[in-house]
Amino acid sequence: MGDRPAKARGEARASDGNGPREQAGGFRRVAIGTTWVWLLVFALVPNLLVVAVSLLERGEHEFVHLVLSTDSYVRLLDPLYAGVFWSSFRLAAIATLVCLLIAYPFALALARAPLRWRPALLALVVIPFWTSSLVRTYALVILIKTEGLLNAVLLGAGFVDEPLEILYTELAVLIGFVYTELPFMVLPLYAAMEKLDWRLVEAARDLGAGAWSVLWRVLVPLTLPGIIAGAMLVFLPALGMFYVADVLGGAKELLIGNLIRDQFLSARDWPFGAAASVVVTLLMAALIGVYALSQRRLDAKGAP
Amino acid sequence: MIRVVSRTYQGLVYLLLYLPIAVLIAFSFNDSRSSLTWRGFTTDWYAKLIEDGDLLAAAGNSAIVALLAATCATVVGTLTALALYRYRFRGKPLAEGLVFVLIMAPEIVMGISLLILFVALGIGLGFTTVLLAHVTFCLPFVTVTVLARLNGFDRHLVEAAQDLGASELQTVARVILPMAAPALAAGWLLSFTLSLDDVIITTFVAGPDYELLPLKLYSMVRRGVTPEINALSTVLFVLTLVVAGLAQRLLQRQ
Repeated sequence: MGDRPAKARGEARASDGNGPREQAGGFRRVAIGTTWVWLLVFALVPNLLVVAVSLLERGEHEFVHLVLSTDSYVRLLDPLYAGVFWSSFRLAAIATLVCLLIAYPFALALARAPLRWRPALLALVVIPFWTSSLVRTYALVILIKTEGLLNAVLLGAGFVDEPLEILYTELAVLIGFVYTELPFMVLPLYAAMEKLDWRLVEAARDLGAGAWSVLWRVLVPLTLPGIIAGAMLVFLPALGMFYVADVLGGAKELLIGNLIRDQFLSARDWPFGAAASVVVTLLMAALIGVYALSQRRLDAKGAP
Repeated sequence: MIRVVSRTYQGLVYLLLYLPIAVLIAFSFNDSRSSLTWRGFTTDWYAKLIEDGDLLAAAGNSAIVALLAATCATVVGTLTALALYRYRFRGKPLAEGLVFVLIMAPEIVMGISLLILFVALGIGLGFTTVLLAHVTFCLPFVTVTVLARLNGFDRHLVEAAQDLGASELQTVARVILPMAAPALAAGWLLSFTLSLDDVIITTFVAGPDYELLPLKLYSMVRRGVTPEINALSTVLFVLTLVVAGLAQRLLQRQ
């Protein structure tokens, strides 16, 4: 926090420094110009276009008809679509919670692991992070399909009499989200725990706190930014990953991601798809707002 | 006792993360169409991949797009990082905000927003649109990686160069870029893997006729489990593993 003014000073000096020698202008213009062109054309304008399209009418021959209308938003309130939103949010929220429950003790163990092992242990978490989640979704299919390995093992060991029908159910989609997104929960949690001052935990113990109160009153509050960051990284993509629902849910589970995709690629109702996407974006903005707020409150508390 | 429980738990989670991938890779070498019984080692499924002309064409397209997208993203992303690091200009908070939007926007939202942009501009869907989209979603990763590196080193070096009479261009080319080089390389490698793997955004901007590897894999996966898909997935997995591993090494050495 304290380096903000220093940074600003550094910047001022850097630009003052090239003030007299104004041949500096050439490169400066290229760098700033390229930045603006790319960000405006490919980040700002497309997002404004989505909002604009969501407020138009569906076109007969063209994709949109240039007439203002809020029909698409009204249609989103239709129980059918409201239901899609509800089941997507519910599934994404459950996936987030399950990821948190699995990842929290795991990240804790990681942060307490011997220093020389940590890079390797961490790399093992990062690897799935960079590899295709479609490949990892497919790997799950092999495991959980009716005549797959999981059932073979369970039947062989006599745990079940009939093969479990997991594939093409909501449970399969949930397992898919948890499996593909677990690393996104572990990493921010680990980052928060690594920075943690463990003397605080020891102090709490010395003062007689039991395991639960150490967890609830010391660890969780101190790692809250990591929890929220991880929750965002799991929850938001889970809304959009249409291929997980397709591959594991057998397209039976209609989620927001699938709904939006279908509006653009098959149903050709762009305004409706755009409206759904605006709602998802607003939700994201709200979550980021909550995150920023919690961060600020935590900073304020930890200020002295 | 607690240590044993914690180690066991850690081991279980790692098992959970890697078992599916291990099974997938193992059955890509299985001499049987069934993914249940082991009938001996074979590399036939890999040979089948190489014989598949459509697949090779898609892989070729993907390789070209990934190479170009990673290179363009590194150039534009680095210029953005330099602009944000070195200069003050009007609207800078907006520019920073837009980089953040590119990082945080759900892929599906970015996919449809770019589709709408390309249709509005009248650019036919295909190679060009895929390349522009891939550069756009790789760019913030390069910018953030380079910016982190730039913020990590001593500003006095830059000031010293300028006091000794280096022009802005010389300062950038001879002082700043060499110091940031590992981050540029890492940014390029990460962009390459991101471009190679992307399904969601590519689905929207590729159009019906332009075949790419992840889209091909997706349409194969939707049809069911086959050893060919296992082989293709294994190739992709190992490739991204190597490239991302290199990037990670470059970043850790900083």
